[in-house]
Amino acid sequence: MLTRLLGLLALCAMAATLALAPNQSHAQPLRIVIDDPTIEPLPFAVPSFQPESGEAGQMAVDLARVVSEDLTGTGLFREIPASAYISTVSDFNAPVEYADWKAINAQALITGAVNVSGNSVNVKFRVYDVFSGEELLDGNGQGGLHFSGTVDGWRRMAHKVADAVYSRITGEGGYFDSRVVYVSETGPKDDRQKRLAIMDYDGANLKYLTESGSIVLAPRFSPDGNRVLYTSYESGFPRIYVLDIGSVQRRALESAEGSMAFAPRFSPSGQTVVYSLSQGGNTDIFSMDINSGQSVRLTNTPAIETAPSFSPDGSKIVFESDRSGSPQLYVMPATGGEATRISFGEGRYGTPVWSPRGDLVAFTKQNKGRFHIGVMRLDGSEERLLTASFLDEGPTWAPNGRVIMFARETQGAGGSSSLYSVDISGRNLKPVRTPEGGSDPSWSPLQK
Amino acid sequence: MKRILTSTLLISALAVSACTNPDRFGADGMGGAGANAGAGVNSGVVTGSANDPTSTAYFQQAVGDRVLFLVDQSSLTDVGRATLDGQVAWLQTNTDYQAVIEGHADEQGTREYNIALGGRRANAVREYMISRGIAASRLKTISYGKERPIEICSEEACYAKNRRAVTVLAGGALTS
Repeated sequence: MLTRLLGLLALCAMAATLALAPNQSHAQPLRIVIDDPTIEPLPFAVPSFQPESGEAGQMAVDLARVVSEDLTGTGLFREIPASAYISTVSDFNAPVEYADWKAINAQALITGAVNVSGNSVNVKFRVYDVFSGEELLDGNGQGGLHFSGTVDGWRRMAHKVADAVYSRITGEGGYFDSRVVYVSETGPKDDRQKRLAIMDYDGANLKYLTESGSIVLAPRFSPDGNRVLYTSYESGFPRIYVLDIGSVQRRALESAEGSMAFAPRFSPSGQTVVYSLSQGGNTDIFSMDINSGQSVRLTNTPAIETAPSFSPDGSKIVFESDRSGSPQLYVMPATGGEATRISFGEGRYGTPVWSPRGDLVAFTKQNKGRFHIGVMRLDGSEERLLTASFLDEGPTWAPNGRVIMFARETQGAGGSSSLYSVDISGRNLKPVRTPEGGSDPSWSPLQK
Repeated sequence: MKRILTSTLLISALAVSACTNPDRFGADGMGGAGANAGAGVNSGVVTGSANDPTSTAYFQQAVGDRVLFLVDQSSLTDVGRATLDGQVAWLQTNTDYQAVIEGHADEQGTREYNIALGGRRANAVREYMISRGIAASRLKTISYGKERPIEICSEEACYAKNRRAVTVLAGGALTS
């Protein structure tokens, strides 16, 4: 059902029709440089959108609210409350009273309008650089955008608006119009019930994908965001399954008798699955053609080799191996062959995940009784630990490579696991809203 | 998966050990052999009283169905080998039984690594039993990694009991 509705959500960007004439006279464009070590959240105003049809009233309010939550949730923006407004926006096409927004220190002003007709929704927006007195354009010199979708998919249009605003102000890609698949958890540590769940990146629109009768682990999105690979014990032994999110149909991948298969991930093409296979007590990495089921061995050592993750160009794989005596990170060609160790710091390194931008690898680090989520360059340099706790584990990248989501398990008999996110600068560590406990998050690409 | 306890009387003698052996998901690879497994009991066939040396209750309690491992290790300790010698003797007498050896890890470590580590531990037990004369065809392995702790505190006292390999018996032919 969800997929069918999303399928109807044909989004179109018709920028040119809404763009104002570009005017590049001001010297300092509105801009946040995210890597700046001292970021003051940028104040913005997003008045309720203009309802352009009788049915659009509530949605006009809700769209502006979700845009605001997306932006403030990054830690890079601060909303100026409506109670501070001097003037209101009553017409999407009327000239902006810049002085009124300048007076309340709104550096960015986001305006929008929404038209609802039956199940069809049209949303348009503009963003203004208040202190320059100009509309803020995208990299192509275009201004306002126009999105079309369905009533049920209205949140996606708010996320699209917020992604565009975020991109124009930071120069980075957006990540709000995305989903997360994870393992939803209930019950105590010795009776933990697990099932797969999928939700919008912000926790909205949650849906369960499996029953909790069997252990399920580590779901991973396909590159198109339509399928999920995961490990399940439903056959009695750990095997890899591929699940179609729309139909919730699943099938087990080929698996040899007496073996355990786990830790799968898609290649960037979506045609190959790289995974761990444990046979006779030894765990190595294999890749499988997902259609033929034919597997090829990529590592062949007596060590534990697991947690493989492709580079964005598909040419390399980063993985975890204890061939040196403790778990460390290695990079090898996607076809196997000689591996190069990249982690050399103190402690044990695991669950490496290649950034979608290709520049960094995120990992779990265990050192002196604590766990950390960290990032390093692919040559092992510039290691940065972003978190520290009793047990942090399993990073996944936001589509723009700026934010990492992971699971944090609390200590002791009453310990439970929940999802958190953190910027790769280490800022903005915060819990992700889920109705139950959560672990093993996987962040989707931006939706099409 | 969690099955209703239907044989309460049969396994009442196990009540105490049942509280500490909630490896209840272990039977599914055993061709339905776990159909009469109760909640909280190691799955597989549980028959007879602990006083009957041919019973699985005797195997669990008198022989000892598990061996423990040191941190990050999968090599058997002397105590572990002695326990396995008892298991081997029992399996050599009770030839109708097969076993699934379940490997487990404590919560220190990542999920994936711990599955592999539990696999190493289960395999160490299997290899030892084969070396002592048990037919390889009678022994399967599985790892639960850190997914099925029996002790829940976050201290070494609990971790030591969770780093285990448990031999779960099943009657009849092994299927999967």
